[in-house]
Amino acid sequence: MKVLTANRLDDGAVVYIGKAAPWVEDLASALVAVDVGAEGQLTETAATAVKARLVVGAYLMPVTVEDGRILPASVRERIRAAGPSNRPDLGKQAPAPALPR
Amino acid sequence: MYRYDEFDQQAVDERVAQFRGQVGRRLKGELTEDQFKPLRLMNGLYLQLHAYMLRVAIPYGTLSPRQMRMLAHVARKYDKGYGHFTTRQNIQYNWPRLVDTPDILADLATVEMHGIQTSGNCIRNVTSDPFSGVAAGEVEDPRPWCEIIRQWSSFHPEFSYLPRKFKIAVTGSEHDRAAIKLHDIGIRVVRNAAGETGFEFWIGGGMGRTPIIAKKIRDFVPKADLLDYATACLRVYNELGRRDNIYKARIKILVHEMGLEKYSALVDEEFARSQGTVKLPDAEIARIQAYFAPPAYETLPATSTAFEARRFEDKGFRTFVRTNVHAHKVPGYAIVSVSLKAPGVAPGDASADQMDAVADIAERYSLDELRVTHEQNLVLPNVKLDDLYTVWKQLSAAGLGSANIGLISDIICCPGLDYCDLANARSIPIADELQQRFADLERQYAIGSLKIKMSGCINACGHHHVGHIGILGVDKHGKELYQLQLGGSGAEDASIGQITGAGFPPERIVGAVETVIETYLSLRHGDAETFLDCYRRVGLAPFKAALYEAR
Repeated sequence: MKVLTANRLDDGAVVYIGKAAPWVEDLASALVAVDVGAEGQLTETAATAVKARLVVGAYLMPVTVEDGRILPASVRERIRAAGPSNRPDLGKQAPAPALPR
Repeated sequence: MYRYDEFDQQAVDERVAQFRGQVGRRLKGELTEDQFKPLRLMNGLYLQLHAYMLRVAIPYGTLSPRQMRMLAHVARKYDKGYGHFTTRQNIQYNWPRLVDTPDILADLATVEMHGIQTSGNCIRNVTSDPFSGVAAGEVEDPRPWCEIIRQWSSFHPEFSYLPRKFKIAVTGSEHDRAAIKLHDIGIRVVRNAAGETGFEFWIGGGMGRTPIIAKKIRDFVPKADLLDYATACLRVYNELGRRDNIYKARIKILVHEMGLEKYSALVDEEFARSQGTVKLPDAEIARIQAYFAPPAYETLPATSTAFEARRFEDKGFRTFVRTNVHAHKVPGYAIVSVSLKAPGVAPGDASADQMDAVADIAERYSLDELRVTHEQNLVLPNVKLDDLYTVWKQLSAAGLGSANIGLISDIICCPGLDYCDLANARSIPIADELQQRFADLERQYAIGSLKIKMSGCINACGHHHVGHIGILGVDKHGKELYQLQLGGSGAEDASIGQITGAGFPPERIVGAVETVIETYLSLRHGDAETFLDCYRRVGLAPFKAALYEAR
């Protein structure tokens, strides 16, 4: 199983091809390709986005799905999906800022 | 400190304008990523795991408070409130947006800073001894020579596309705080029998995949010949260095494979042919040296009663003085190391508030100067003994009072897999765990001088090859694994550490380091024998036995 990831061109943020939207920041919303055909479709979508200057450095990354949760296979991708492991206050793992009252 | 002349400023301003245009064209689609990448790298802009990363040059590690405040401003306005001081005396920002980088570089240019020479196969930002100009016993301040090398090497047309990157370090002291023997060219200011100062040249050192200690190529290069001789060294490399294999492209491989004698003969031949081409006029040397004239030191007694009294009364201050305060060449002054190795903070990281605080302290108490060290700490080079207590108090209030310089918790550590695209394993969490394991300062003192250096990949940004204890993170079948090396040194007695054997998983590497330490403590000849001295006396065998026989 694979997910297609890249970095967004204008700010470098880690993004994934999503189930409901072309590019999402949250791995949980990513589209998981379960066969070669689906992987090919993701790669094509990414190539178009690279041409359209939305993202750079697109590639397929292996994942597993456990209890509906998408888990990256590598330490590197786990860190990309969350943020630096020494700074839980930074990256995607950072608590959302409090809403103004 | 050196101040830009109109040519320097114009060059940097023009570079910002060019880069603004390049970013604009990239965003509009007039440049592909393949076309844009080398352009952004020439301005220090990388793409890392989470975001872009901007590396800003701090030439020879010297900074003014005004520049430090600008670094704080960039961290606050464009990044996430902190920066990372690197083993190349530079600073890296981990979260800038591409769209903001032209503005960041424009802001930096207002204080004579930029990202030029922080990437690419050019002569990189020159590094130096962080105690330059103030160290007791120094032959001569190397910074004017660093500045001359900076001006010569910036945008050097012949050396902008070398086979591989090229790093030059310069020191003016016998005691090497700049790791000159681990550089492509290492230069030491020396005095000859006639009393003239000139340069000892070391060639072909480096770490990375193939660590090699530099070889001495010349005992004495006269000052006027500095650039001619360096040009000859580079020209031979530029012509003969390998361009077919990135792993064999550094000058260290060329010199190693060709042999020093043959390489040296070619350099001599080229030097004889071209000597005088970039001969340095005395007037120009004097002009540059004038920028580095000693600041207005007061005439002070060599000792300070107030300082001695505080040291007697306050244990915390006494501890700080023991490790972080060093002899200054001017009576009544001291050099203060500011540790960026507080527990729980990634080695080398400083918050914007800390940068501002240290800038304020430098302005008020260090004659307007700051330094960055390759060991990822800061230095206040000119503190009066009378002011030391106040400086320590203010540093402590800013979370910068750690009294651990040169001890086991003063760890060099690359960003590793928490940030870096090249890394294979994390290094920051291991550094953090080591600091926790050895948090007891009394224990740190009992262990004594000890340098742990750690890299998250073979590129060795964390200098693991020259750590007294070196740790290299690797990826083995998708899992992080840590190799241990012992007996390295980046100082004047440079040596490459020896690998102990099989690597350790993350949960066992800190215990392995502790085993090494306990073995050392059981073997050393008294408290005065440092880890490195002990290791060199007894060799790897007892450490290896302790690490592996119980398995």
